[in-house]
Amino acid sequence: MAVELETTPVLEARALGKTLGGNRVLDAVSLALPKGCVKVLIGPSGAGKSTLLQCLNFLIPPDSGTISLEGREVNAKSKRELCALRQQVGMIFQDFNLFDHLSALENVRVALMKVKGMSKLDAGELALAELARVGLADKAALYPANLSGGQKQRVAIARALAMDPKVMLLDEPTSALDPELIGEVLAVIRDLAQNGMTMIMATHQISFSASLADEFLFMEKGRVIEAGSPAELLRRDSGSRTKAFCAKISELTGEADDMGGECKV
Amino acid sequence: MSTPYLEFLRTELAPGLMEGLWTSLVVIVPSACLGAFIGVVAGVLRVYGPRPLQRLTEAYVSLFRGTPLVVQVFFWYFALPYISIGGHSIVLDAVPASILAFGLCSGAYQSEYIRGGLNSIKRGQIRAALALGMTTRQAVQSVVLPQAFRRALPGCGNEIIYLIKYSSLASIITVNELTGMATTIAKNSWRNIEVFCTLGAYYLVLVTLATWLLHLLEDALGVPGFERHKS
Repeated sequence: MAVELETTPVLEARALGKTLGGNRVLDAVSLALPKGCVKVLIGPSGAGKSTLLQCLNFLIPPDSGTISLEGREVNAKSKRELCALRQQVGMIFQDFNLFDHLSALENVRVALMKVKGMSKLDAGELALAELARVGLADKAALYPANLSGGQKQRVAIARALAMDPKVMLLDEPTSALDPELIGEVLAVIRDLAQNGMTMIMATHQISFSASLADEFLFMEKGRVIEAGSPAELLRRDSGSRTKAFCAKISELTGEADDMGGECKV
Repeated sequence: MSTPYLEFLRTELAPGLMEGLWTSLVVIVPSACLGAFIGVVAGVLRVYGPRPLQRLTEAYVSLFRGTPLVVQVFFWYFALPYISIGGHSIVLDAVPASILAFGLCSGAYQSEYIRGGLNSIKRGQIRAALALGMTTRQAVQSVVLPQAFRRALPGCGNEIIYLIKYSSLASIITVNELTGMATTIAKNSWRNIEVFCTLGAYYLVLVTLATWLLHLLEDALGVPGFERHKS
């Protein structure tokens, strides 16, 4: 029994299905995120990566299937349970979605006050600490309009971390960034992973995620068609769909040298 | 030979209009507040409310935007006393009847500006708020509405400026506000040109003042990304 408890995944999805506008966007997708593990979703646009992530915290309610947080199945009909789930599941969006009318500090503070019921003072202190953690303590008073894309995404990460989530969902966190701003965000994500945060991330940053991920999940047409360690899937002779896809990306982004190195792993 | 204009203004017109101005403010300020309040509530319900309330608020807007304001004013003042429910009927004095009429009409228009503001805020904002564990209500109150209100403010201000001018309709149900006082003075003095031109100037000053106050409010609420003047 004790062993069983230990191996209970932090977040588990079973047979998630979703149809949008007649398209089967998710087709019986199952996945489990054990504590401290990092999984990376890759695949072409429209494969259902984003939908899958948003189903995991019911921003998009799945049509079928179940989601369990630490072994307890979430009742999708209970608004209270959904709010409780979302508090414990942090989400990072491709286009940051910082609250545009609030300063960086207020962005991090608002949910602490409204959702966790913290006092303004305590919430402010915690918010400042979280901003310091992503290297933005000196930008606390700035508004989103005055932050760079990389800084916005780091504030968004601080905002999610302030809620003390058990797992983080990252939906292409660097896809909307200028190339020279990607590094600062990736550094924060690497830091998170190294500190044992459980994460699932959709990304096209293959080389970066290969160095971080415990498992690659390759999605196509709403299904996970390949899963395995990055080393396994990216091996030159693996013949995997993942390998072919990554080769194509590296060709397009001109990361050829970099990718060559990664793929030889 | 009649007295010169300045003399007439000093002794008759200005004192009369000052009294009327006071009454006008007593009508305008509460009805503008009532209108803004109804506008925000109805606007939010039309976008985020449960289906039945959406229908109800839409019906309210089409009724109050779709009938002449004079008819509404007459209804509250002349017709309402004849409606009796269980032997009780409500009789409103002229000033409260005007405030109610203007507030309800203004609210219908205001809700349209607020609705536009709400719809202009990207879905991602509410998604991010929900993803942090906020309820829809919290997300709307602390994330979507504050932004939408800033976007809607120029339109809402426009509506308040309209309200200042249509408050003159209160004179037809015996409220002695600016226009009511001016009409009386004009009748007694036969100096129509001077009286009504001066009356126009009073409204112009009122509207200018209101415009200035609204700009102050916009500046007070302005944060980077929501400024009145784009830099």
